Amino acid sequence: MNISYEPAIHFQQVTFSSNDKMILKSITGSFPKGKITTLVGPSGAGKTTLLKLCNGLLSPTDGQILIDNQVISAYEPTALRRHVGMALQAAPMIEGTVFDNLALPRTLQGEKLTEQEAIQYLQDVGLDQSFLQRPTNKLSGGQRQKVSIARTLINQSSILLLDEITSALDRQSVQEIETLIATINNKFNVTIIWITHNLQQALTIGHYTWVMMDGELIETGKSSLLNAPKNPRVAEFVQGVNA
Amino acid sequence: MTYTSLSLTLIFVLIPLLLSKTLKLGLEKDTLIATIRSIIQLLAVGYILKFVFDAQSYIYIFLMVTLMIIVATLNARKKGKGIKGITWKIALTLIVVEFVTQGVLLGFDIVPATAQYIIPISGMMIGNSMVLSVLFLNRFTSEIASHQNEIELILSLGGTPKQAIHRQLMNAIKASMIPTIESQKTIGLVQLPGMMSGQIIGGADPIQAVQFQLLIIFALLTAATLSSIMIGFLSYPALFNERLQLLETK
Repeated sequence: MNISYEPAIHFQQVTFSSNDKMILKSITGSFPKGKITTLVGPSGAGKTTLLKLCNGLLSPTDGQILIDNQVISAYEPTALRRHVGMALQAAPMIEGTVFDNLALPRTLQGEKLTEQEAIQYLQDVGLDQSFLQRPTNKLSGGQRQKVSIARTLINQSSILLLDEITSALDRQSVQEIETLIATINNKFNVTIIWITHNLQQALTIGHYTWVMMDGELIETGKSSLLNAPKNPRVAEFVQGVNA
Repeated sequence: MTYTSLSLTLIFVLIPLLLSKTLKLGLEKDTLIATIRSIIQLLAVGYILKFVFDAQSYIYIFLMVTLMIIVATLNARKKGKGIKGITWKIALTLIVVEFVTQGVLLGFDIVPATAQYIIPISGMMIGNSMVLSVLFLNRFTSEIASHQNEIELILSLGGTPKQAIHRQLMNAIKASMIPTIESQKTIGLVQLPGMMSGQIIGGADPIQAVQFQLLIIFALLTAATLSSIMIGFLSYPALFNERLQLLETK
């Protein structure tokens, strides 16, 4: 991808294997700082693995990842994970209330989250304060995902990884979350990498896009590439999704 | 008991053999092997114990206890194959359990420091700790497998492995200890414990038999708590690598 922007994350011939199976094959590319890049591609393309590599939940088998121009292994793992936040696909919650979950990032550091701060974070994701003491098992899919995003925001990460956070949501919740992510990106200049199956979403929200297939990075560039892919495999994929 | 009476107890082996044959359960071979093995193993242990008791040498006591720990370790480690260094972790746990329980019993002169007391009590403590270790490892590995998302969540938010695994660790420790605590609640009401029954059949005063049984169940409580907690805290770091990533457990 010909990017004139400074990269927040750069992959240099990154390979990842697990149980003798190659999941990512020599990936080279950059995610521009302060922009939203979407990751699209069929299931099993290695998108979630790629996000986990950025957050340090996994390490590359080969190759190098640079975060803010510093090699990833130079970061202390817990510091890296606070710097590069991640909202997981299933929006897992710990047992307890919404407040317990929002306070979790602080609790892990031996710090406290005030009720006032928690209410502010809830409002940021479009939930009112009545949710604060609600048990997480009483939340709908959309509310759960919003709490998960709010929780990820508490570490004030400069890079945010989003793994299919809207895939199980209704149309209205999807729109609310899209607006929220665009606001976070604009207001705080947070770099966003967003896995999505929704190509329309990738076109409207994403500044850039990566198309992945079978562990390979097939095509990258501005999101508009999805309107006229150069690569025939990508064209076939886009046609299949839009059909 | 005479050898004639003992041989008559083989009727209890004959009954399952006949039933298995009649109902075509196919358990005859296993039943026969189990019977022959129990006769050989128990007789061998009987003669070994007689030799050790007669010799009253601490070297033989030490060798017997060491053998118990080795056998128990080799048996329990099968359940923790995916955990690096599980063999020495179980062995260390059993050694500590043995030291603590015997330390209190002998240190406070609760039981005499003779082979007749040390060996059977060691057998009960080590055997119980072995079962507890297996129960713990079973529960711990299944807790991790079913809560991988939660563990990854805490790691992804910048938590340490200890914070990430805390809930699963505590659940597994509690779950492995519950059978010991629960069985103590109904002890004497549902069934008489084996050691106490043996003493009573052997002609001991029931009150004295009860006193010894209480000693054992209290010691077992410590053995159970120590084994679950030790094996838990020793094994969880092996589930993560130096980059604080959760390793795959088999």
